[in-house]
Amino acid sequence: MKLKVLTLIIAVAFLSSCEGESKKAKEVSETQVIAKKVVEVDPMKDKGIGPITSIALSEVDEVMAAEGKEVFKTKCSACHKMSKRFVGPGLAGVTERRTPEWIMNMILNPEEMVAKNPLAKKLLAEYLSPMANQNLTENEARLILEYFRTVPSK
Amino acid sequence: MKTIFKSLLAITVVSLVLSSCGNGGSKKGSQGALSSSAAEKVYVAPGEHDEFYAFVSGGFSGQLAVYGLPSGRLFKVIPVFSVDAEKAYGFNEETKPMLNTSHGFIPWDDSHHPDISQTNGEIDGRWVFINGNNTPRIAKIDLTTFETTEIIEIPNSAGNHSSSYVTENSEYVVAGTRFSVPFPQQDMPIDEYKGNFKGALSFISIDPEHGHMDIKFQIRMPGFDYDLSHPGRGDSHGWFFFTTYNTEEANSLLEVNASQNDKDFIAAINWKKIEEYVNNGGGKKMPANYAHNVYDEDTHTATSTMKKEVLVVDPSDVPGAIYFMPTPKSPHGCDVDPSGEYIVGSGKLAAELTIHSFSKMLKAIENKDFDGDAYGIPILSYEATLAGAVKQPGLGPLHTEFDGKGNAYTTFFISSEVVKWKLGTWEVIDRKPTYYSVGHLMIPGGNSRKPFGKYVLAMNKITKDRYLPTGPEVTQSAQLYDITGEKMELLLDFPTIGEPHYAAGCPADLLKPKSKKFFKLEDNKHEYAITSEADAKVVRDGNEVHIYMTMIRSHFAPDNIEGVQVGDKVYFHVTNLEQDYDVPHGVSMIGANTSELLIMPGQTETFVWEPKQVGVWPFYCTDFCSALHQEMQGYVRVSAKGSNVPITFTLDGDAVDAE
Repeated sequence: MKLKVLTLIIAVAFLSSCEGESKKAKEVSETQVIAKKVVEVDPMKDKGIGPITSIALSEVDEVMAAEGKEVFKTKCSACHKMSKRFVGPGLAGVTERRTPEWIMNMILNPEEMVAKNPLAKKLLAEYLSPMANQNLTENEARLILEYFRTVPSK
Repeated sequence: MKTIFKSLLAITVVSLVLSSCGNGGSKKGSQGALSSSAAEKVYVAPGEHDEFYAFVSGGFSGQLAVYGLPSGRLFKVIPVFSVDAEKAYGFNEETKPMLNTSHGFIPWDDSHHPDISQTNGEIDGRWVFINGNNTPRIAKIDLTTFETTEIIEIPNSAGNHSSSYVTENSEYVVAGTRFSVPFPQQDMPIDEYKGNFKGALSFISIDPEHGHMDIKFQIRMPGFDYDLSHPGRGDSHGWFFFTTYNTEEANSLLEVNASQNDKDFIAAINWKKIEEYVNNGGGKKMPANYAHNVYDEDTHTATSTMKKEVLVVDPSDVPGAIYFMPTPKSPHGCDVDPSGEYIVGSGKLAAELTIHSFSKMLKAIENKDFDGDAYGIPILSYEATLAGAVKQPGLGPLHTEFDGKGNAYTTFFISSEVVKWKLGTWEVIDRKPTYYSVGHLMIPGGNSRKPFGKYVLAMNKITKDRYLPTGPEVTQSAQLYDITGEKMELLLDFPTIGEPHYAAGCPADLLKPKSKKFFKLEDNKHEYAITSEADAKVVRDGNEVHIYMTMIRSHFAPDNIEGVQVGDKVYFHVTNLEQDYDVPHGVSMIGANTSELLIMPGQTETFVWEPKQVGVWPFYCTDFCSALHQEMQGYVRVSAKGSNVPITFTLDGDAVDAE
């Protein structure tokens, strides 16, 4: 009896000590699964991966948009122009092509997005420079989204 | 039989467990001096962190190295007193003022004794201080950025060796002179040393919020050599202890002439008493000239201010504040145990270690148990302060640290060993060889009320055959011992930068959470910073050209600049627009007579280029920043002096613009 208990304890110790590694293995396989599904995504339904799961939009708030433009100028404009493709994609009309959640998640969580989100992965393949994490707050990302809503595609 | 079976099974299961996880320790045999478990004790698996930081002085490299313990892995060399082309320290416009002194810009010093700031006698991990020995200075390193943020020069001092130890609430960092010199300096015959040269002990106040240093007062002591020091703690808080040698006041062939007296002194200084005297208007303001250099984290820029006055106190001004405790044979280390009761004097040439008792010292002072005086400073009777002695501990004792469990560890230079002995009984418990000629040793927190007595790090002056040879100059080294058991166990040798003198250590958890990851762009107050690519510009002002440039993965803005002329002085003011951890960019310009810049996210730095030849000259990013790092480059067109090519600057053929 004692012997069984001892073996059990050792077995538990063994399992828990290796748990970290098996978790990692799981993550890898999940990524692979996602990678296989690239084709069938509707961009206007994809919310991306990150802290933003749902956003309700009302009329454009011009004050927020103006603030968002300033944040964009400092933190983003070195790589993104509204009018044209630059280091990254041109952003005029981006809210017509992507969900608000996807846009904010791309700003707030770019490392995971370019690693796992099919649309973001496709962009990386096209532009080669991974989207930089500029460590914006959720509020700053929200302001930028509002600014984007004021710039339609031509 | 059944028991044996159980044990066998258990062993089998255990070894299965260990080997299946890949980093287990079923090593075969334990040949050689080290047991296989020594390797396990210092092994920090890839991706895992060390338990302690060790800040190891670079000696004649002038710098401070950051290692992890127990692995001995080197993480960073913090430039302090010497220029460092890798980090542009002393090369960029922002940090050049850090190395300014009353003798002008000095690109080097000899860094000795790091000490971490304390609160209530425990290490608090805010700053580490270190002394420049040659051109006397004290530096402060910020332990959120691991950068040197302040350097103060010490006037009237020379060979700033009994430095830079911190009192238990970081009230002061102390700088004591090794050489006595004319005080103030003057032109006089060297052989008139005796009685005329004086030794400065400087008490530098530390502003509790920002750590800013200011020389509160200097004590003008007799013309001895002041070798090492340590603060009192606990009951002895408020006192500071300095070893002296050359009480003979010799000025030549000191190795003979300064070894004549049977005993030199440990000077006990009641700094609280002197502080009170000074706060009440005591002391004499003397003209002086010394640099105070401060690096501002918001402007990313250092400024150097020359100070013109220092407050001097003569021992006779404050009777009862300073006493001498006779200590045999040119004592070197002056170490105070965690309780503050014992002061260990290591007579370099003595047959035994001398331990003074603080409480006996107070009693001797009260009883006026004096044995004469030196320049009016009472000499306490040797027997009156003596707590005990460690008999025949080894040859050439230098330094002592404490484990917080009642044990002391002393290095012996001549017999190359660390000796463990017991406080109170003074008996030797263990001795282990070092390889070779050990100087200082360090237990994390070993100079505080609360040591972390798990490891001792011994720092050796000589390595000879310990490593692969590298020509006549071979590395110096540190050796790590496990001190958790009754006997010490040598775990690891690792090479060091320069010559390691003292080191300071602390638990990693004290610093890790507050280590800065990047500088926020919105806090950047650099005079030439621009926080948006749209603000990039090139401005001519006479023969000066100022380029306001940004960098982000992976381009400069602007990256094509025209209108520069031979003979111009071109300032590249470069801001890294990244706002993420570990994304520095570098920049270097062909033919610039300076180093690269290595610019952290959110930071601005400046270098100067004086083009001497007409042509189109490239610059590029020096720190591999992304997959397109090799694309991160640009050109400056240099025309002849007086040319009519206008200043223009572009990116992708256009004016640099946010839209």
